[in-house]
Amino acid sequence: MVAILGKYTLASLQEIGRISIFIVNGIRCCFTPPFYFREILRHIISVGFYSLPIVGLTAIFVGMALALQMHVGFTRFNAEGAIASVVLIGITRELGPVFAGLMVAGRMSSSMAAEIGSMKVSEQIDALMTMNVDPYKFLVAPRIIASVLTMPILVLVADIIGIMGGFLVAITLLDYSSGSYIAQTANNFELWDVVSGLLKAAAFGFSIAGFGCYHGFYSDLGARGVGRATTSAVVSSCIGILALNYLLTTFFFGA
Amino acid sequence: MTDTNVTNTISINKIYKSFGNLQVLNGLSLSVANKEAHVILGQSGCGKSVLLKCLLGIFNIDSGEIVVSGINVNDRTKAREYMQKFSILFQGNALFDSMTVIENVVFGIKQSLKYNHLSNKKIHEIAAEKILSVGLAERVFNIYPAEMSGGMQKRAALARAIAVEPEILLFDEPTSGLDPITGGLICNLLKDTVKKLGITSLTITHDLRVAEFLADKVSVINKGKVVWSGKTKDMQKCGNKFVEEFFRASNVISSRNINNTD
Repeated sequence: MVAILGKYTLASLQEIGRISIFIVNGIRCCFTPPFYFREILRHIISVGFYSLPIVGLTAIFVGMALALQMHVGFTRFNAEGAIASVVLIGITRELGPVFAGLMVAGRMSSSMAAEIGSMKVSEQIDALMTMNVDPYKFLVAPRIIASVLTMPILVLVADIIGIMGGFLVAITLLDYSSGSYIAQTANNFELWDVVSGLLKAAAFGFSIAGFGCYHGFYSDLGARGVGRATTSAVVSSCIGILALNYLLTTFFFGA
Repeated sequence: MTDTNVTNTISINKIYKSFGNLQVLNGLSLSVANKEAHVILGQSGCGKSVLLKCLLGIFNIDSGEIVVSGINVNDRTKAREYMQKFSILFQGNALFDSMTVIENVVFGIKQSLKYNHLSNKKIHEIAAEKILSVGLAERVFNIYPAEMSGGMQKRAALARAIAVEPEILLFDEPTSGLDPITGGLICNLLKDTVKKLGITSLTITHDLRVAEFLADKVSVINKGKVVWSGKTKDMQKCGNKFVEEFFRASNVISSRNINNTD
């Protein structure tokens, strides 16, 4: 029993150590040349542009559902007038970044792990090493840079669409006046709410690319190994997003 | 004891490599002379590919010494210079999926110390010339590796390997996954290329016919060490039981294949 416990403890410590070294190497490579701008651009398009539809759809439905829920809840306290501000704060601080992060994690973390895992299986990573190309610089750094840069933009779009979703439900289904809804939104708007969400988004981008690349790099060989790496990448990056969200919320608003 | 002077392009001296409890290379020694076409022959799982990765510095050896043109594999100060001596044709070709054929070759050239100062236009010209030299047509320049046949991918990978004009060309199972006709064409191409460039080559294979065709000298590996070195024509009666058995088994398979096609 003690032996089994010890074995798992050591394995966990080894994994934590490996992730830590990977993260440090990944960050180092983001700030040291050479920079593969073509790869960065390719991943910006892949993470940013191609994720726009799914992030937009998620945001509009979240905004609509939030407005509806708030209406149902707030009518109990005769506080229906607060819906616009709650939708604004809810979307910009929490739901916009978290839902966008989770959707992009599902889409991109798996793709990164699968792509790098397949490159490992087909010896493309070995080929990079024989060409004196640091695989961290060529594979990891462009994905991290692209994700960290594009996630805030995606979240900004999600914020706008989410707030619009709430607005649409409020004026069409809940009989709110569009003028007073917009006025209430504008009055309660605080730049820090949006900025804190964007900072969270950048951290989520790091989690998405970091875990995607890590699981691809350390995937077992064969189709099964790559499949397992893909699943682990999505699970790890989603947990990473939720944990980071809590930590950053505590850091930004805890006091 | 293997000679480690510079007349041997590659000198491998009593190297050991294990993975956990599995001892893969077990005191392996090998010398490859300058401009020699050397073939390493052995069964699947005997440590051929591990030897190649140790030679390239992808795997660290547990003990022993690998010296290539006077540079030790463990000399970190000359790591870039060491790696620039090689080009490798991987078993699965290892072309980058996200790049077209010409981009693959251009990328390889741009990493080379010899050519990275050239203009993009000049690099593209060299890449185009190398692709054409391995028998591929201009129309493949802008297609992706996944859109090509195995033989075409092998040629493209060879173009990338020779584009940097290395001192040593490494071929890992060059005909694996190819039909006998395409395999024969690729073998011819490899032999012609090595001859034309006048460089050292080291081929890893389990196929005796490939070894006979490409080799000036053959080394047979068994249980992680070289058990015999010499000319392929001497294999049959070399006095080593394993080598003779390997030779006989390979010929039985070849004759069976020929009889089946009849």
